[in-house]
Amino acid sequence: MRLDLSPRARRSAVLSALSPVIAFAGAVLVGGIAVALLGVAPGAAFTTYFVIPLSEVWSLQEVALKAAPLALVATGLAFCFRASLWNIGAEGQFVVGGLAGGWIGVATQGAEGFTAWILPTMLAAGTLAGLAYAMIPALLKVRLGVSEILTSLMLVYVAELLLDYMARGPLRDPAGFNFPQSVPFDPAARLPYLMEGDTLHAGVLIALAAVIVATLVLARTLFGFEVRVVGAAPRAARFAGFSDARLTLAVFAISGAAAGLAGICEVAGKIGQLQPTISPGYGFTAIIVAFLGRLSPPGILVAAGVIALTTIGGESAQIDLKLPLDLTRAFQGLLLAFVLGADVLARYRVRLVPGGPRRTA
Amino acid sequence: MTLDIVQMVLVTVLTAATPLILAAIGELVAERSGVLNLGTEGMMVLGAAAGFAVATETGSTLAGALGGAGAGLALSGLFAILTVGLAANQVASGLALTILGLGLSGLVGTGYVGMKRDPAPHLHLAGLSDLPLVGDLLFGQDAFVYVAVALVLGVWWFLGRSRAGLVLRAIGDDHTATHALGLPVRKVRVLAVLFGGACAGLAGAYLSLAYTPFWSPGMTAGRGWIALALVVFASWRPLRVAAGALLFGGATVLQLHAQAAGLGLPGQALSALPYVATILALVLLSLGRRQGGSLAPAALGREFTPHR
Repeated sequence: MRLDLSPRARRSAVLSALSPVIAFAGAVLVGGIAVALLGVAPGAAFTTYFVIPLSEVWSLQEVALKAAPLALVATGLAFCFRASLWNIGAEGQFVVGGLAGGWIGVATQGAEGFTAWILPTMLAAGTLAGLAYAMIPALLKVRLGVSEILTSLMLVYVAELLLDYMARGPLRDPAGFNFPQSVPFDPAARLPYLMEGDTLHAGVLIALAAVIVATLVLARTLFGFEVRVVGAAPRAARFAGFSDARLTLAVFAISGAAAGLAGICEVAGKIGQLQPTISPGYGFTAIIVAFLGRLSPPGILVAAGVIALTTIGGESAQIDLKLPLDLTRAFQGLLLAFVLGADVLARYRVRLVPGGPRRTA
Repeated sequence: MTLDIVQMVLVTVLTAATPLILAAIGELVAERSGVLNLGTEGMMVLGAAAGFAVATETGSTLAGALGGAGAGLALSGLFAILTVGLAANQVASGLALTILGLGLSGLVGTGYVGMKRDPAPHLHLAGLSDLPLVGDLLFGQDAFVYVAVALVLGVWWFLGRSRAGLVLRAIGDDHTATHALGLPVRKVRVLAVLFGGACAGLAGAYLSLAYTPFWSPGMTAGRGWIALALVVFASWRPLRVAAGALLFGGATVLQLHAQAAGLGLPGQALSALPYVATILALVLLSLGRRQGGSLAPAALGREFTPHR
C-alpha cells in the first residue's frame, strides 16, 4: 500500500470548511480514549469539557474572557502566517505589552483630578511595546536574514524574565508584605466592566473590533491582497513588485501590536496589577487558534471560543474528575496536528494505492 | 590544585553541552534531509518525562534512556506522518509537536514529581580516570556523554563519507531531482526524522537521568530551541554542532559562576543570558556571512508530494 497525493486544481471549498470539523472530531476521539485510559468515563468527561461551561452565565463569561485575548493575538498572527512568516514569539509581545501598559497603571496609582487619559495611554503603550518588541525579529530577518522563528521564540524567555524581575523588584508594592506584585491599579486604570457585578470587561469588545477590522483589511484592501498573494504564490508576488521587506515589517508590526494590546487588556482588565506571570500561554495557544480558524479572522473567532471552552472545561475537569490539566494542553497540541493533517484533504486528492512502492526505471 | 579546578570547569562545560549536542545532532540529520522539525523542545521534554518514569519503574538507567529515546521517536513518528506523509506545513506541525509534547510530558510525569534517583553511573577506569587534568574529563563521564561523542563522529562519517549520507544530503537539496532519479525521498526523510526524534528523546532523558536526576515539568527550559539554533549556527555541519554546543555549555557555566559570585546583577538577567546569547550568535553568524548564499539545505522546510 502507498499513499498517493495529487494536487487539486483548486482547493475544495467544502473540504476546506469541513477539515477543522473532521480534525476536531478526530482529536475528541483520541482524547476520549486517553480519558478512558486514565479511568474516567469519556461521556462524563465530554460533558464536563464541552457542555457544562456553556450552560451557566458565569462560566460563559469565563469562556469569553479567555477567548478574547486568544482571538486578538491569533488575528494578528494570521497576517504573519498567511505571508509564511513565522512570528512564534507572540507570548513575549503579550508580556511586554502588559508590562509597559501596566507600568503606567502603577505610576499613576493615586493620581487625582483629571484621570481619563490614563487608560487610553496604557492601551497605547501596551500596543506600541508589543509592536516594538516584534520589530526585533522582523528587523533581524529583513536586514541580516536571521531566522525569525528562533529569534522571536528566544525573546519570549527574555520578556518573561524581564516581567518577573520588574514585578519582584522595581515595581513591587512597597506596602505589599513582600508579595511579588505591584500596587493594585486605580479604577481609572482598569478596563470598565460591561455589566455591573459581572466579570466581563471591555477587552472582549476590543478583541471583537479587531477581528472585524482584520476581516475587512484582509478582504478589501490592497495590503490584505498582498498578504494573501505572498502566502499563496511568492513568485507571483515578487513579479508584481511587492516588497518582501516591507511586508515582513508590516505583518510583524500587526501581530506584535495585537499581542501587546491583548497583554495590556489582560493586565488592565482581568488582573488589575502587575504579577511575575500574566499569561497562561495565550501567545502559544493563539498559534493553535490561528490555524484552527484557517487563518481567517471570523474562523479564528470561532476557534478561540472552542479552545477557550476546552481550557475552562479542563479546569473544571481537574476539580470534578481529577483529570490533570496537562490533558488539555496535550489535547490542544493533538488538535493542531489533526487540523494540519486534515488540511491535506482540501489540497490534494488522497488515494491509497495497493501494491508496493512505485517503480521508477 | 589549579589543574583540578580547570578540569572541574571543563567537566561542567561538557555536561552542560551534552543535551544540546544530542538534540542538535539529531535535528541536523533531519534538516539535512530537508525536513525542518521545530518540535525538538516537545520531543526532548517528553523524553525527559518518559525516561525518568521508565527508569524509576524498572530501576534501570539504561531502560530509562531507551524509554526516553523511544518516546522522542514515537512523537517524531507523528511528525513524519504529518509532514512527509501528508505534506502538512512543517513549521506549524513542529509547533503542534512542541505543544503536544509539553502536555504529554506533564501527563506522563504527574506521578513522579519530587522523586529523586541516583544520577547515571560514571565510568571509572583504574589508573586512567585518576590521571591529572584529563583523567576525569576523558575517562570519568557517564554513558550519555560518550554516546553523544560517538553520535557526532558517526553522523560526521555518515553524512560526509558514506553513500547513504550522500543520498540523504541530495534529497535535502533537491527532492524533485532525487525523486526523478528513483531515490526514495519520503522513506529517507521519515528515517531521518525518526533518528532526530530518538536523539531529542535521549537528550531529554539525559537531563532527567544524569544532569539533574529528577523530573520537573518543563525542565528542558528552551534547550530544544537552543539546539535548533545551534544547527543553524553550525551551518549544518556535525563537528561544528559539537563545537557550538561546547561554547554554549561554557556560557551556561559562566552564568552559573557569575550567579554564585553575585555580580550585583539580578538573577533574571543572568537567566536570560543563554537566550540573548543565542540571538547574538545568530546575528554574528549572519554578519560574518553577508556575501554568499545560504548554507541551509536547499529544500529545507519545503513540502514534497510525489504525484507523477
